[in-house]
Amino acid sequence: MPFASWLSKAATILICKSQDHPPARSNPLAPPPARSNPPPGPHPHAAWIEDQLLAFIVSRILQAIPVVLVVGLIAYAMFAFVGDPVTIMLGTDYTEAQRVALVKQLGLDQPFFVQYAKFMWAALHGEFGISYRLARPVTDLLAERMPATLELAATASVFALLVGVPMGVYTGIHRTAASRLFMVFSLVGVSLPTFLIGILLILVFSVWLQVLPSFGRGDVVRFSHWSTGFLTVGGLKALVLPAVTLGLFQMTLIMRLVRSEMLEALRSDYVKFARARGLGPRAINFGHALRNTLVPVVTIAGLQIGGIVAFSIVTETVFQWPGMGLLFVQSVQVADVPVMAAYLVMISVLFVGINLVVDLLYYAVDPRLRVAR
Amino acid sequence: MSLLDVDGLTVEFPTRRGVLRALDRVSFSIAPGEVLGVVGESGAGKSLTGAAIIGLLEPPGRIAAGQIRLEGGRIDNLSPDRMRRVRGKQVGAIFQDPLTTLNPLYSVGRQLTETMQAHLPLSGPEARRRAVRWLEDVGIPAAAQRIDAYPHEFSGGMRQRVVIALALCAEPRLVIADEPTTALDVSIQAQVIALLKRLTRERGLSVMLVTHDMGVIAEAADRIAVMYAGRVIEIGAVADVVRNPSHPYTVGLMGSIPSLDVRVERLRQIDGAMPRLNAIPPGCPFNPRCPQVFDRCQVERPDLMPARQTEAACWLFDPAPAHG
Repeated sequence: MPFASWLSKAATILICKSQDHPPARSNPLAPPPARSNPPPGPHPHAAWIEDQLLAFIVSRILQAIPVVLVVGLIAYAMFAFVGDPVTIMLGTDYTEAQRVALVKQLGLDQPFFVQYAKFMWAALHGEFGISYRLARPVTDLLAERMPATLELAATASVFALLVGVPMGVYTGIHRTAASRLFMVFSLVGVSLPTFLIGILLILVFSVWLQVLPSFGRGDVVRFSHWSTGFLTVGGLKALVLPAVTLGLFQMTLIMRLVRSEMLEALRSDYVKFARARGLGPRAINFGHALRNTLVPVVTIAGLQIGGIVAFSIVTETVFQWPGMGLLFVQSVQVADVPVMAAYLVMISVLFVGINLVVDLLYYAVDPRLRVAR
Repeated sequence: MSLLDVDGLTVEFPTRRGVLRALDRVSFSIAPGEVLGVVGESGAGKSLTGAAIIGLLEPPGRIAAGQIRLEGGRIDNLSPDRMRRVRGKQVGAIFQDPLTTLNPLYSVGRQLTETMQAHLPLSGPEARRRAVRWLEDVGIPAAAQRIDAYPHEFSGGMRQRVVIALALCAEPRLVIADEPTTALDVSIQAQVIALLKRLTRERGLSVMLVTHDMGVIAEAADRIAVMYAGRVIEIGAVADVVRNPSHPYTVGLMGSIPSLDVRVERLRQIDGAMPRLNAIPPGCPFNPRCPQVFDRCQVERPDLMPARQTEAACWLFDPAPAHG
């Protein structure tokens, strides 16, 4: 899948250096140079793409700050109502003095906005407080769980793209029995809920066929801050079912999207003209048609990859996958506010980051966006 | 010998309500270096004829009968892959709207080199050199710099020049130009037609110029074929068809063109409309609208026959009129 090449293209555009910067304007009253007609040169746009991109990235990061603040506020406000962590922590047998002491220790006696401000200020320094339930720094907890979730999400995304895009292209070009079969299959993928797919896969592959494990990460190899399941057979086998479960919906969605975009592109005048010029089917289907489908596909795929991380909560619960989603579900049960809030803030940062990457990919794909913004 | 021979070409579209015959025994030929203008109302089958020649009929359309011969060899029954090598290499095509016929995501240079390299054994640098030369040839200023520009950085007229370069760059002998100026400003139209005329003259190309613009035809074509309801109803030299048309439809068509010399209150028009494909009347398809219709026209279909200076498909010119 050209996903890697999109990324590298975006990177090239990001860092592309050019010698011919447009000449500095000596007369400040002179009209600015026409943006749609840059000066001719070997790479007339490179310099300005660079400036534009930098400005764009900075503005995007500035826009992200209020987003993250608001998400944090909503998360924090919501969690004030999920339950009283103090009673849960103290159990059934406690004195009023113990309760007051704990409330004071957790800072829960302070006004809501003070609590929130303290939380965000600490979060800015990478501190998310102490988990009420496990009495350990939330940062450590998330860091421990993050590799599992990220590996799962990455595998699911790669699966969704590597299978979804080719299937979409195939069903867009060919009207065969296989093509119709894919479409029926994709309907199943779109309509069945994730947990049901997970349970069905466990039933077939773990219970009946007994070829793949039904829960956990299998054998993991530890590095200093990272534990990976990619390096052992057991780890890879354990990854298969959860990754398929998590990626199936996204895969079918991407497939259907690519298919409909392909059908549209294949009807377009530039594809007809490419045919009339006698280009081969490969150049027409992949070079001309598929590439024109990429802008919408990249948009949806980006959102879906964010969704994969967020939806891993369900999959991780079904497969007892020791990731951040499972941690979140366990924290909800005991109103462990710092963990929940930190998780949501992280997810919002992730979405903002993915959207930034998507916007950069637009630049890589479509030259019309590189000028006159 | 003619370069292109279209002989009894019949194109049909099978539909649920029966087979629609969109082209009915269309025959004409184009000599080397000749520009044949094809005129007619919308839906007369002009563009479809072009599509059939380059083998790009939209399914379910198919050639039901007839032959298309290019330099003596049939091209209507080639395999898809062999037909692909005919397109671009032997028959080029220019489409109507230059804003949509160029792929927006590739530079014009890349689209040119891609086309040349699909047909000619060229190295990358050589293809690029030729691409620059082609852009110069079609009148793109500063071609060497503009070669890496994208289609959206060109104006409509400049884009149509690029389209012409793309159609000609693999050096075909025949070009099918389907309404090449319709989407352009009038002032640009003249430039593009002049360019097309110069290039075809320089290279000895034959052109099938499909248009409904009589001005363009009169300017650029050597001969005219007039189409009506999927048939060629009159064909002849430009001056003859324009000044002395024979077929009543052509007479009406020419009469409906406004003239600067003669002041008229109202433009003449032909009453009625061209029949739908599923309701073409028997006999001559023009008979319901024809001012000179007689019995035979409603029964028997006329084929092209000599009529004054041109050839027309009309019983008025039958040398041996049937009596009855």
